[in-house]
Formats: sequence, C-alpha cells, structure tokens
Amino acid sequence: MRPLARGGDFWSGLVLAALGAWIVSEAHGWDYMTDEGPGPGFFPMWYGSLMVVLSLVLVARTAFGRAAHEAKPQPNWTEIRRALTCWAAFVAAVALMNVLGFAVSFALLTWFIVAYMARRPHPEALALAVGGAAAFYGLFSYLLDLSLPSGLFF
Amino acid sequence: MDILTGLLHGFQVATTPASLGMCILGVVLGTVIGVLPGLGPSATIAMLLPLTMKLDPTGAMIMLAGIYYGAKYGGSTTSILLNVPGESSSVVTCIDGYQMARKGRAGPALGMAAISSFIAGTFGVVALMLVAPPLAQLSLAFSSPEYFALMVMGLAMVVLLAGDSLVKALLSMLVGLWISGIGTDLFTATSRFTFGSVQLLGGIEFILVAIGVFAVGEVLANVEPHDPPKMLPVPKGIRNLLPTWDDMKRCRFAFVNGSVVGFIIGVLPGAGSTIASFISYGIEKAVSRHPEEFGKGAIEGVAAPEGSNNAETGGALVPLLTLGIPGSGTTAILPAALVLWGFKPGPLFIHDQPQLFWGLVASMYIGNVVLLILNLPLVALFAQLLRVPAYVLQPLILGVAIVGVYASDASMFQLGLLALFGLVGYAMRKLDFPTAPLVLGLVLGDPMERALRQSLMMSQGHISILLRPIPAVLLVFAALLLAVPLFRKLNAIRVQMLESEEA
Repeated sequence: MRPLARGGDFWSGLVLAALGAWIVSEAHGWDYMTDEGPGPGFFPMWYGSLMVVLSLVLVARTAFGRAAHEAKPQPNWTEIRRALTCWAAFVAAVALMNVLGFAVSFALLTWFIVAYMARRPHPEALALAVGGAAAFYGLFSYLLDLSLPSGLFF
Repeated sequence: MDILTGLLHGFQVATTPASLGMCILGVVLGTVIGVLPGLGPSATIAMLLPLTMKLDPTGAMIMLAGIYYGAKYGGSTTSILLNVPGESSSVVTCIDGYQMARKGRAGPALGMAAISSFIAGTFGVVALMLVAPPLAQLSLAFSSPEYFALMVMGLAMVVLLAGDSLVKALLSMLVGLWISGIGTDLFTATSRFTFGSVQLLGGIEFILVAIGVFAVGEVLANVEPHDPPKMLPVPKGIRNLLPTWDDMKRCRFAFVNGSVVGFIIGVLPGAGSTIASFISYGIEKAVSRHPEEFGKGAIEGVAAPEGSNNAETGGALVPLLTLGIPGSGTTAILPAALVLWGFKPGPLFIHDQPQLFWGLVASMYIGNVVLLILNLPLVALFAQLLRVPAYVLQPLILGVAIVGVYASDASMFQLGLLALFGLVGYAMRKLDFPTAPLVLGLVLGDPMERALRQSLMMSQGHISILLRPIPAVLLVFAALLLAVPLFRKLNAIRVQMLESEEA
C-alpha cells in the first residue's frame, strides 16, 4: 500500500512517535535522579518512552497488521475542507481582535459562518452578526464587566 | 460536623436568594444544553468557568453542578422526540423512548424520564451525603504512594472505557500528561517544554485546553450542514405527560435499579453516565417479565437508563470531593474550578469547606425538584430549542469560548492556544482518538508526577514504597484493567459497552 493511502492512524502514529522521541530527548537533558529523589527528567522520560512505543505499535498495526489489508473508508475531504475553513476564519477573527476589537471581529466571524458556511441570505447573516456582537458586548463588557480584546473599534 | 447538622447548614446556604438564583440558572442552562445535541456539559462548564471568577465560589459551584446534572435531564427530551441523543448519557433512552413517541406515547415517555431522573438523582445526592464524609475521613490516612496508585487506577479505568482502541486511548492520555508537564518544574524550577517562550513558563491552563478540545473542536466537527431530523410532537397539557399508575408499577424495579447502579458506577473513575445507563438498561431487560417489549417501546427501558445517568452524578462527586480525583471529562473541570477559586479538593475539603460541600449537596436536592418542575410542564418549551439552527449556535459557542479564555488572563497568546487546541480537538474526533483520557491526563498529570516523586523521595528512590498494601492492590488492579483487551470474553463486553455508547 502506498504510504499516503495508509490513513489517519499511520500518520498520527508517526507524529506521536516523533513527539515522544522529542520528549525523551528533552528529558535526557534534565536530571533523571538526584540525591533527593527523582529529578525533572524522571516522569517525562517514562511517558515519552511509552509514547514512542505505543505510537510505533499504532504505525505497525496499520502497516503490517490485519488493518493494513482492510479497505479503509475514504476521508470526506469536502467536510474536512469546510471544517478547516471555519477554523481559519476563527484564527483570522482572533488575530483581528487586537486591531478591530472584539465586537467587530466577532461580527465578521458570525457573518462568515452564517453567510458562507451555512449559505444563508446576506441580510439574515448581517442581522445575526450585528445582533450577536451587540448582545455579546452588552452582556460581557457592560453587564458582567469582563475585559474583552480591544482595538481600533470595540 | 455530623450529617444532619451539615445538611441543615447546607440548606441555610442553598436557600439564600443568591444561591437559589444560581441553582435555577444552572439547571435551566443544563436543561438547555442537554436538549441541544452537539453541545455538552463539559464544553459549557469549561466555557463558563472563567466567567464565574468574580462570583461567590459557593454560588458558582452550585451553578456549574446544576449545568452538569441538568444536562442529563434535558438529554432525554431529544432522545425521545428526535431519536438523537442530546447527551451521550441519553443514548440508551433513544431505543425505547423514541419507539414510545412513535406510538403516540411521547408524553408518558418524557414524564417517566423526568420522574425517574428525579427519584434516582435524589437517591444519588442522599448516597453522596452519606458516603462522602466517612470516605474523606478514611482517605486522611492516604499519603503520596496511595494517591499515586489511585490516580493510576483512575486513568486506567478512563483509558479502558474511552474508545475501541486501547492504544489510542493511552496515547491520548500520554499527550495529556505531556501538556500538564509544560512549564516550570515545581521541585527544581527547571523550564520544561516551553520552546523558549516566557508565556509558557506558567504552564498551559487546563481550562483553555478543555474549551479548545470540547467546545471549538465540537463546532468544527459539526460545521457540515445537516438536514434537521424530524421532531415528533410534544403532547400539550401536563395530564398528557404523566405516566399511568400501571406505568409507575411497571417501573418500580427500574427506579431502584437505575438509582443503585448509577451511583455505584459513578463512584468508579472512568465509567461515567453512559456506561451506567447501558448497564442498568441491560439489567432491566434481563430481569423483566416482558423482555420482548424492549426496543419496541417498553417504559422501563426509559426509566432505568434515565435514572441511572442521574444517580451517577452523586456517585461521580464522591471521589472528586473526597480524594480530588475526577472520573470523567466533565467532572475533571469541577476540581479545576475549585483550584481556580483557591480550594483544594481532597480529604480535607469537607472539613475545611463545610459551607461549600453542604451548600452544594443541599442545592442538588433543590435542583432536582426544580428540574422535575421544569421538565414536566415546560418540556414543550425546551423542545422548541431543537428548532434553533446550528449556524446560530456555532458563532455563539465560539464567542463564549473566546470571552471565557480572554476573561481569565486577558492574553492574546492564550487565544492563539485556544485556536490550536480547537484544531487538536477536531483532529482527535476525525482520527477516533478519545478526548476524555487527554483531559484526565492533563488534570491528573501534575498531581500524579508530584505524588510519584514525593513517594520516591520518601523511599530514597526505592520503588518498594509502591508495594505497600493499598498502592500495591490499586496498581495490580490498574494493570488488570489494562489487560482486559487480552481476554476475549472480557474485551467483548468492553467493546459492546463502547458500541452502545457510539450507537
């Protein structure tokens, strides 16, 4: 089987094995045992090593075990792309909060989700965006007196 | 303080207008999120926790606990009317509840779910009140080795019951342990896994990871537009919601079964309310005189699981409040809340904070009564929430997540981490990595490392200290739990339980 076709378990196993190896290498640089008892490297050394072993078991099972010969359900790339688009919009909104402020960034995020992700009419998206941002700002900033990210606007 | 005095003191605390208000707010919010599929109590409690920092801790704890047990009442409404569980713990209720609704008996099904939840939920609180104080007294004898072994056993239970793949559940837990280790080592002040970042020296807040993984991850996983499932009508008028006398007689054993099984399963770390409802349903079917009616609309099939998932709440609070060890993703957030407010959940908690403990217990009695009232005459109103489209809820959840994280320390860096953990939560769902072990690993990682290192310091590095009777028994039990998949019959039971959870 081509490596790319091996599926999520194979690749997540490799990523976790790399993480485990990095944890072990970092832990190697700290004291494992001192005169007073275990040092800062003691616990990470154990869970890092266990992580490497278990990740490799996951990889081996996907590559050589029974699972390697079973037909895997194909990932739904459309669904994944939509989720990643939503995540990118969330990241952009968070990044913009220091510039535009919470209310405007949140309104943009709401408008994007309603108009583009849910494909609802623009007037409805705009109403939800403005209404939602105003309600959030009023409730959390004025009523509950919580600090919200601020920028050029509010 | 004896139990009666404690309870009276608790009612004095819980009946103040502020506490009553928080209790009602919590159970209403809990019912709402219980009714809405896709938004669970873990995400809601995680998101609201930072917003409660300015509140009185007793009131805030009463509200958060109200969300936790209120969600279990609300979950049954969705199961019965839509055949979609509002909460994972209500999945078993779909089997007979929806069939009853299809046969025109939605009213008695909803009514029985509320009545059974009330009876078993109240039993759970009584049992919590009776069991927790003596257990706390007993656990005063525990020291670091016993605590370490207890935490290992708790994690082993969670891992065992977290997903089909034990390897993935273990890996998820190890990632949680790693995240908990990020920051400054408390024993030696060594910086660990901080990537040279000053902002990571203090570690990563548990609540941030919980909000990212549970709330943001859940939104991303549900962003695909789905056709709304068809909802069956809710009968109008309370008379049409009440089960008949014959229904009540048929459910006598189900009330006892749900109450006892739910509480016992709740005390065990890791098992949780879904497993409790599955087991009580299985018992009910096994002892029923009409097992052939199960799956076709047997009212006992609603009463037993709904009762057990509510009795589980009282059970789950026992290890949490007496040992400081949570048994599930949701209960893991509650000790985090106590720590944030400056309390230490553990053997001394009941003794040191009687107001908080007994106030919480008394509020749960009140909360169960409020929930019964809410879920009988007002169930039609809550059912209307199922008409709220997902695209309205998604920005709402993301907004509360942002406010919740930013409210805790006003840092854009933390919001960046929130986005990162949201992606991690989504990836875990897509790749079938269970999230509960990660959260439990994160909560228990720090105290577990501390307990292990203190134990080994006590013995000058000799592992023999973990072979004292209590830790040895607990560690052997944990090893046996992790060996379950090696035994075909036991593993078949485990897989059957998990499949019922995923159904």
